[in-house]
Amino acid sequence: MEHVVIVGNGIAGVTAARHIRKNSDKKITIISAESEHFFSRTALMYVYMGHMRFKDLKPYEDHFWSKNRIDLKQAYVKKVDTANKTLLLAKGDTITYDTLILATGSVPATYGWKGLELHGVQGLVSKQDLELLEKNAPNNQACPKAVIVGGGLIGVELAEMLHTRKIEVTMLVREKGFWSSVLPEADAQMISEHIKSHHINLLHEEELDEILGDAQGNVRAIRTKSGKEISCNLVGITTGVKPKIDFLEGSGIATDKGILVNRLLQTNQAHVYAIGDCAQQHEAIGLRKPVEAVWYTGRMMGETVAQTICGTPFEYNPGNWFNSAKFFDIEYQTYGWVFSNKNKKPYEAHFHWKHPDNTKCITIAYHKETRAFLGINTFGIRMRHDVLDHWLNTRKSVDEVVHNLAQANFDPEFFKSYYSNINAAFSGANSKA
Amino acid sequence: MSSVQRDMSLTGQPPAALNTIQKLATALGVGGLLLLVLAIFNVRLMNQSLWLTTALTSIFVGIVLFSYGAYADKQAGIKNDGVWFKSISNRGFLAWVAGLALTGFYIVLYFKAELLGLNTEGENSGLIALFDPLSKILSGNPASQWFVYGTLYTIAILGFGIKFLWKYRHNRYERLRTLSVMFFQTAFAFLIPEFMARLNSDDFNLPYYDLKNIWPLNYYNFEQYRVDGFISSGSIGLALLIFGIASIFVITPILTYKYGKRWYCSWVCGCGGLAETAGDPFRHLSDKSEFAWKVERWVVHSVLVFVVVMTTAVVATYLGYDSEKYWLTKDVFLIGVAVFLTALFGLIWLFKKEELKQDARYGAVGYLVIVLALIGIHFSSGSTLFLIPAETLRTTYGFLIGSIFSGVIGTGFYPIFGNRVWCRFGCPMAAILGLQQRLFSKFRITTNGGQCISCGNCSSYCEMGIDVRAYAQKGENIVRASCVGCGICSAVCPRGVLKLENAYTEKRINSREVLLGNDVDLMDYLNQN
Repeated sequence: MEHVVIVGNGIAGVTAARHIRKNSDKKITIISAESEHFFSRTALMYVYMGHMRFKDLKPYEDHFWSKNRIDLKQAYVKKVDTANKTLLLAKGDTITYDTLILATGSVPATYGWKGLELHGVQGLVSKQDLELLEKNAPNNQACPKAVIVGGGLIGVELAEMLHTRKIEVTMLVREKGFWSSVLPEADAQMISEHIKSHHINLLHEEELDEILGDAQGNVRAIRTKSGKEISCNLVGITTGVKPKIDFLEGSGIATDKGILVNRLLQTNQAHVYAIGDCAQQHEAIGLRKPVEAVWYTGRMMGETVAQTICGTPFEYNPGNWFNSAKFFDIEYQTYGWVFSNKNKKPYEAHFHWKHPDNTKCITIAYHKETRAFLGINTFGIRMRHDVLDHWLNTRKSVDEVVHNLAQANFDPEFFKSYYSNINAAFSGANSKA
Repeated sequence: MSSVQRDMSLTGQPPAALNTIQKLATALGVGGLLLLVLAIFNVRLMNQSLWLTTALTSIFVGIVLFSYGAYADKQAGIKNDGVWFKSISNRGFLAWVAGLALTGFYIVLYFKAELLGLNTEGENSGLIALFDPLSKILSGNPASQWFVYGTLYTIAILGFGIKFLWKYRHNRYERLRTLSVMFFQTAFAFLIPEFMARLNSDDFNLPYYDLKNIWPLNYYNFEQYRVDGFISSGSIGLALLIFGIASIFVITPILTYKYGKRWYCSWVCGCGGLAETAGDPFRHLSDKSEFAWKVERWVVHSVLVFVVVMTTAVVATYLGYDSEKYWLTKDVFLIGVAVFLTALFGLIWLFKKEELKQDARYGAVGYLVIVLALIGIHFSSGSTLFLIPAETLRTTYGFLIGSIFSGVIGTGFYPIFGNRVWCRFGCPMAAILGLQQRLFSKFRITTNGGQCISCGNCSSYCEMGIDVRAYAQKGENIVRASCVGCGICSAVCPRGVLKLENAYTEKRINSREVLLGNDVDLMDYLNQN
């Protein structure tokens, strides 16, 4: 019987395993060093905040795996020997495969700062990172102050986490607005203000220069490039993630930033596939990045590669871009492409509406000439995925989209709606233009 | 320089303590409770009415002040920080103390009310006497243990209702729903029945009737003394009797078809009202395992069968020995029940067979056979009805289900098993509404395409123990018999994935092989297979 070995039990690897099981009788083994069972990485924050226990993060009950004949092995893969189709594990034992799926995910990206080795410096990606945080920042007596480097989605999660334990948090953000490498300026500004309203000391246009330690090797402060010294007991490094590929050196599997794959998610070695955060497309698909470290893309690659492995080859051809996040109390959803000021396409125009209470806004991107709807960001307002997906597929005009926006509403019943305000603002903006 | 001793702090000690306002509020509330406890021992330090007013006000203000301390300085949004760290909400020491105290209270209330000072022959004493003045204002009669319980129950729903309103002030669905249960408890469960008692005289004898309390939750509604009471009370009484029958056979099916069982369970019902307000801090304690779901289905439907058999037996018995009093005869009634159940079952089988899982079908067939066999045995033997005397069935049901299950376990164990144990495992009304919600209703929780990140907040905070995430991560809408539509899964979802709604019945579940967002061709290929 064909043996499919999957390295990594995150959303990508587990989705692939489930779909291979649905479509075949192959022997399936998932190897993970991080945890015995699949858990939702995006929910790690809720364990530290006391909303859930770690076991509540597991999307499937423990009996699910044996019931579906998916073998789990907790081990660290040290080397991949593609010639002999063998994996060498850290404890010295080996495992052979017929088909190998690499779904090893990401590790925090760091940029050669001094002091990274000090106690109290950490990222927030893995289960081990969460355990380390529980040690480094159990409460505000052991850890009165923290500095978070980087203003992205993990950074704001870490800030919210530490805030629940009344730890004083300072964030260093290189840009003028929060996550403005991705968000248009107006959206980024609103999020910045919201984060500040939660008593987070948000420092814009500041970058880390060096982490300073004490005699015991613990963090005592950081220094910014502008020369500010900020004392702290914890430094959270949240300047993005990079593919986990170091163990592939010498395996013959071609890598760049990530593991290079074609549209069938195959690597340059026969019977070896890569999916999720660790995979890198030879050429970017549409406007997407070649490496996509997002829950949803990991899942989609898992769904796709399973078909290919089970005999119905499908190219990875994701549909319209979508994503979501939450910044403290403000939910964010995006459908299609709304680019930041820096990355905005020459043809791209934005319509922006913000509620006076500063907790709700939308930005709609459209084509300047054709007025085609390109994408939407919503903050504090929920939108219906299938309606927006349909509008993007059928190339609706921005005018139609704004006019019918209420149809895409996904807020709970009885919520106040703002579509008439949005429509009025839109006609106002159009008549000026 | 750092003075942190890292080796001293290996385990986390997140802030779970109360702030000053909350401490004051706790002292005030507990003080009010102590006044009530003192009254049990006939301690009287001041005028009865003043004593009662002080006690109830302290409890109410204590709860409201506690909520102020908890939420006033926080921004609107989800407030679950530290839920699993606090002793009261993580099955810690305080949870067990609270659970045992509540359980003890229920045991005394149901079985030893004389300990509270109940005296049906003469003057009340103790705690119950303390409530006499209030009871006399409302109904004109002295208090009973049920009046004491009803008053405290209403105060709990109002006080903790305000807490809930504060906690979910950003969510209009939650606010309206909570105002609704607060209203129905105060008006329908507490005040109206007391005022109705004022109408009674020698030839006008309305039974105590909480109009929103529908059979079979109100399992005693068609017992002889009540039916006689209704009939003796002229057209008002008759109207109420007809309303009681119409509630379950006409009103309930229509509203459940349009809105799902939530119209009752989380907007109107008193048990639900307490669970959603005082019980809210314990919602995450429900068991989400598949095993618990299996137990739930067998237990709750067994209770439903039990209550149908019991009520049929009780009604048939008095129709039998007092036959000259009623136009309905026992035989017609029994044949009517048999025909109704067979027709109902036949229609479900005919139209909805596909939607019933294997074990549900076996269970349904089994139960129908049992009920019909019992009615059949009655006609062939003619003597003891249903093998066991109806009175034994009635008292057994009242003891096991009415008292032990709904009160002692259902509410007493809030801090251990969660706040909806009764509603989930025991309530026959929920079972009927649930069957209907599963098979004939426009209600569902819609999953938002591919946006789920499997975080588990929805499942964790589902008080009914539904593994919401299991559906959401498959892109499948949630259509579950037990869902009471509290809306908390949708509220706690960080990615805007869930929405409670009433819509077309076609494609209500809308299951997909591959989630929205992936390759259109792949979705087409898989969804066609």
